[in-house]
Amino acid sequence: MKDAPGKDSVRKNGAIADTGEEHLHENLVELRQAAAVVSGRTLWGGVDVAVACGEFVAVLGPNGVGKSTLIKVLLGVLPAASGEVRVLGRRPGTAGGEIGYLPQRRNFDAALRIRGTDVVRLGLDGDRWGIPLPAAGRFSTRQRAAEARIHEVIELVGATAYAHRPIGGCSGGEQQRLLIAQALVRRPRLLLLDEPLDSLDLPNQAAVAALIGRISRSQDVAVVMVAHDVNPILPYLDRVVYLAEGGAAAGTPAEVITTETLTRLFGTPVEVLQASDGRLVVVGGPEAPAPHGDRHAGAVVRVGAGMGMNAEAGTGMGAGMDAGMDAEAGDVR
Amino acid sequence: MSADTGLSWNLVSDVQQMWQLDSMVNAYRAGTIVAVLAAVVGWFMVLRRQAFAGHTVALAGFPGAAAAVYLGLSASWGYFGFCVGAAAVIAALARDGAGGGAEESALTGVVQAFTLACGMLFVSLYKGFLNGTDSLLFGSFLGVTPGQVAVLAGVAAAVLAAIALIGRPLVFASVDPAVAAARGVPVRLLGVAFLVLLGAATAEVSQITGSLLVFALLVMPAATAQRLTVRPALGLGLAVAIAALVTWFGLGAAYFSPYPIGFWITTFAFGCYVLAQLFGFATRRHGTGRRHVARALGVS
Repeated sequence: MKDAPGKDSVRKNGAIADTGEEHLHENLVELRQAAAVVSGRTLWGGVDVAVACGEFVAVLGPNGVGKSTLIKVLLGVLPAASGEVRVLGRRPGTAGGEIGYLPQRRNFDAALRIRGTDVVRLGLDGDRWGIPLPAAGRFSTRQRAAEARIHEVIELVGATAYAHRPIGGCSGGEQQRLLIAQALVRRPRLLLLDEPLDSLDLPNQAAVAALIGRISRSQDVAVVMVAHDVNPILPYLDRVVYLAEGGAAAGTPAEVITTETLTRLFGTPVEVLQASDGRLVVVGGPEAPAPHGDRHAGAVVRVGAGMGMNAEAGTGMGAGMDAGMDAEAGDVR
Repeated sequence: MSADTGLSWNLVSDVQQMWQLDSMVNAYRAGTIVAVLAAVVGWFMVLRRQAFAGHTVALAGFPGAAAAVYLGLSASWGYFGFCVGAAAVIAALARDGAGGGAEESALTGVVQAFTLACGMLFVSLYKGFLNGTDSLLFGSFLGVTPGQVAVLAGVAAAVLAAIALIGRPLVFASVDPAVAAARGVPVRLLGVAFLVLLGAATAEVSQITGSLLVFALLVMPAATAQRLTVRPALGLGLAVAIAALVTWFGLGAAYFSPYPIGFWITTFAFGCYVLAQLFGFATRRHGTGRRHVARALGVS
């Protein structure tokens, strides 16, 4: 990867030194003409994204387009094939504790006998060598500060009631809150969340989305969140990045999630409809190639993904949700 | 055991009599070292869901010891060489550093079948050895020399020191590999290091419990402790306490009865596990906090 131009790093260093206005406008994440190539295939290219302090940005797009890959590029796990990527003013992978990361996952094994607090604590000091000494907690001020921070962040996500239970026995929503606490425990300036609402039921999707929105405001944390459905987070979003094969569109949801922008982006006719309650439905759109065995690719109905780009959505069946979710919701009702 | 070692009505004098034998004192020393080591390593193994890998590594000790005896070496060398070797093979070939993966379990099964076959070969090569097969598989506490105790203590100290060094990142990598990797924890390297430590620990335990019954000390105390508590530090302490107790009682019972040590240790450990399960059922509705336990047990 190409190093940043000299003037850029000078500006960033200056911004860190003075806490004045420039700091507020400092971009935590900057991609310029970035491209990602995975096993010889270009997932996306020519992507320009800038995320400022405290912004809540969603990364949207069809399955297999490389949304998670974008997170990996920002983490520095995967190098960008071309273009320039800066995270917190540095090369990706060097910002360490200032980034909170929540990977895409299934749930913890039900048999895992470890408490939620332990998982949060690992987020704080799990990468330090050695073992924690139980007796030190009473005497060392650092230990006490660590415990206070863990308590505080668990309270922040509303997980106090179940943080002392084995995490394997917690529900999906409870586990997700504890994992958000784990990602937040080091007071990061940037949160990278990979489909945190996936595998949650509808009420939990709404609650966790509200929690993330609240945290990005109250803790002044920038959030970059991969989502396959924009609707639960739509009220809290500052901007969206819509990835498509070969390009990307970034801007406010009102700018990007429109018939015109998405039709131009995908190069095929796409229509954005708005339900009476404000939810957005994208109809049409390309069926994205998903050669890497993306775990959603097998779902029969969820072909277009992105934001429920399925044919059924147009017939009023699933406003921005995949059919599986709908079936679940239907059962509940 | 001979007839004069039966239990009398005076337990204290019985124990005193037992400890007058150098071989029993050595057995107690070796057993205690092995129990502490097995409990600590086993706790991590249960957390990482690598019991199958542990079992395979343990079985590799059988051909190792058989080969060593066949070649006229000390069985200890065979145990260590083959256990650590099998651990290294599994670690090198398994791609996922997080432990417990599907690929790892298939690979582990392949290694296990082959090691057992090798063990049979060495046993049949050395015809007069057949009597020793029992103790290789099911354990023995006779004939532990002071020199062996020193070697056991040295290896145990080295393994425990290594665990203390990598303990916290190892838990992180076991519980949450993706986040740990993003935080710069060398997840794969830790997986390899742990399997090698597991190999060394297994080689030690095998010399007391035999290759087939290592789980009595490696899995049972750790599994019992994890049923009783979800606190990592408390769980480790409990596992060590349970392992030491079942070993001490197992050695005593084997001395005063005609039945082998492996049976006694395993039976005591199994009893502890059953009690822990009952405790788990009793406290399931209320949690395992101090107050909850008291309420579940009807004491307030």
